[in-house]
Amino acid sequence: MPYTPELKESIKAVERTRPERVALKKRGGEFPMMSLAEREAMLRYHPDYKEEGRRALLVGPSKGYRVAHEFADILEAWSRVKPEAVDLSTVAIETDVLVIGGGGAGTSAAILAAENGAKVLIATKLRHGDANTMMAEGGIQAATKIDKDSPYYHYLDAMGGGHFRGDPDLVYTLAMEAPLVIAWLEKLGMMFDKFPDGRMKSIHGGGTSRKRMHSAGDITGAEIMRTIRDEARNKSNISVIEYSPIVELILNEHGQCYGALMYNLETEEYFIVKAHATILATGGSGRLHIQGFMTTNHYGATADGLALGYRAGVPVTLLHTVQYHPTGAVYPEQAEGLLITEKFRGAGANLVNINGQQFVNEREPRDIESSCCIRECLERGLGIPTPAGKVGIWLDSPMIDMLSGEGTVQREFPGKYILFKRYDIDISKEPMLIYPTLHYQNGGLKIKATCETNVPGLFAAGEVTGGVHGENRLMGNSLLDVLVFGRIAGKNAAIYVKEKAQEGRPTLEHVVRFNKELAEAGIPPERVSPMLLPDYTDPETRKRQLTSHYLGTLR
Amino acid sequence: MTTKPNEKKPKMIPIFIMGKRFEVPETLTIMKAMEYAGFKFIRGCGCRGGICGACATVYRKAGDYKLLSGLACQTVVEPNMYLAQIPFYPANRATFDFSQMTPAPEEIFKLYPEIFRCVACNSCTKVCPMDVDVMDVIANLKRGDITRAAELSFSCIQCGLCASRCMGELPQYHIAQLARRIYGSLIAPRAKHLEEAVKTIASGKYEDCVRELMNLDEATLRKIYQEQEMEPEMTGEEWAPKDKKCL
Repeated sequence: MPYTPELKESIKAVERTRPERVALKKRGGEFPMMSLAEREAMLRYHPDYKEEGRRALLVGPSKGYRVAHEFADILEAWSRVKPEAVDLSTVAIETDVLVIGGGGAGTSAAILAAENGAKVLIATKLRHGDANTMMAEGGIQAATKIDKDSPYYHYLDAMGGGHFRGDPDLVYTLAMEAPLVIAWLEKLGMMFDKFPDGRMKSIHGGGTSRKRMHSAGDITGAEIMRTIRDEARNKSNISVIEYSPIVELILNEHGQCYGALMYNLETEEYFIVKAHATILATGGSGRLHIQGFMTTNHYGATADGLALGYRAGVPVTLLHTVQYHPTGAVYPEQAEGLLITEKFRGAGANLVNINGQQFVNEREPRDIESSCCIRECLERGLGIPTPAGKVGIWLDSPMIDMLSGEGTVQREFPGKYILFKRYDIDISKEPMLIYPTLHYQNGGLKIKATCETNVPGLFAAGEVTGGVHGENRLMGNSLLDVLVFGRIAGKNAAIYVKEKAQEGRPTLEHVVRFNKELAEAGIPPERVSPMLLPDYTDPETRKRQLTSHYLGTLR
Repeated sequence: MTTKPNEKKPKMIPIFIMGKRFEVPETLTIMKAMEYAGFKFIRGCGCRGGICGACATVYRKAGDYKLLSGLACQTVVEPNMYLAQIPFYPANRATFDFSQMTPAPEEIFKLYPEIFRCVACNSCTKVCPMDVDVMDVIANLKRGDITRAAELSFSCIQCGLCASRCMGELPQYHIAQLARRIYGSLIAPRAKHLEEAVKTIASGKYEDCVRELMNLDEATLRKIYQEQEMEPEMTGEEWAPKDKKCL
């Protein structure tokens, strides 16, 4: 699907202003960055700031907290099972550590738990590795060049990017552990972008004061995921059960996490998994399509862990903000929502409107970039209309070859280059049409820097948690988050198994209690979570589906 | 703040999902077309962005003997496409202790002796949805060039289509994964600055200055954040900040 004649015409405006914009950069000049006050004023265009998009939670440990309706629908929802009907006496699988989720956080947790002597089971809803980690493109932050950078600057950037709302202990841990994670990955054989002498290449991301973004082409997350997954597969004390989500946590009489109720998506059986420690690493929630936005997230990003943890008594924090990645593809239609990595902007590509004008520096934090794109399109009417009736902004990728030499786009962004070539678009010669897309769950379950929750024996790590990124995550801090906290969760869970876990009678009393609250709040009975999988059936077809051989979202 | 949905009625085309006929809008990918038709994926659907390798699909067009392949989330439907997914392929994967690995090609030969069953038919390369020259990856490994094999296979998404077509029954994508790990860990030079950073953190050098930041009131923290020095975009590795605080 190459660009239509109308779009090609619009590209001419981008081409007219390009030489001047490239020349400015070559002179060391920049489109002015905003002050903190200007940024704060710009945020009123951000979807998070629409009060009608949220409501106060009626039940649970964070009752009264205002979150997006889509989150509230997941948190204020009934269990998929009747707690009274579950036979808790028959344990199907017993393990030391149960890891819920097979993405970056879950896999690194599993490896560390196994290395600390625990027998580990990973229960995952899709395949091991089908996760947002796999899709992360641009890079992973770490202050590894200590002649100009240190955890001090990394801390400052992460705090400031998150509107100073991050949890200081979590941000401290993130920044301090970062170089250790990079060294771990290097040892495991990840192919980082390096100079011939082994020095790592590192670039800027939005909101970084130092170039500390490490990468592996434009598939950094995939390279991390496939490397650690391969390592996990070598460990004889890690087993993986795929297509088997957890639908409820089980506690014991002492209030510790006893394990979980696992559901086999294919055979529709439920199993009791007994674990001495449990790690929630279920990832994010883009498939909830908050405020109707498209998403970059993988198929299973349905906030399952939030529902599980919340019902077991873990509060949520900083969930009032979600991240809209400024640059999701809006053209061609079949690539809609697809992530266009921030690395393009890190490498110098401007964002320009229908007149070819730049309206924001391309390295502002993500919430600011998104707000500016939304304002440009919806308030100023300077977006570029697409054939499908949407609107977008040009991301001027050809600038990169002009700044850093012919062939740079193809070399540095092989994934995107091939993908767009399939649609007859050469992104080293033509810009990409983008619009903000739902990308990351900034907040989530409340944890300590040890990854403990307030439920003994229940740990959490990665996107399901909140506090590491404040109200807005910076590029390159999510791949870092999943590995830093995944590793900590795995290690601490293994220690917990040895030192603190107690035998006790299993119970779903917490679900019974939660049900009572739901009934009192008048929550409709058809509202059930976790969602497990989204439903994209054509509405006309769905009308004819009178019964549901259950494959995902309950009908 | 969502953008307007398309009001126009899309043109519908016939496709055959595992032999059964459905009418779907012509602009959809295979994945979206199957969902539109009423299928709900458990298997065969992952990232929906062309990188996880979950949705390998083979198809044929009416009247053509040729077997085509692609990723369901990336390939647009065409009229009279006959399609089937291959959500799982039972390829052999060797287990090994990576900490004992050496950068010798024999390590790979020992774990995957079937590599020498390759008859250079090139079916793997032809079927690869990521345009990896799979046969050349294997050829380089047979010659002992792990570095080249790692570079050539970098875009591999491990969908398994290569293995599904291989008459030598090689698990190319697992073999290439091993080659990349050996290259990344044992052949490419390690980053010295990284080792130094890890040591310096362990020495506790940054402890006090970062703790100091943690205890600041928000106004002071904001001021420091706002005033901090920015590394310019177009500088090389040689740039040094004026402010040496906590370095």
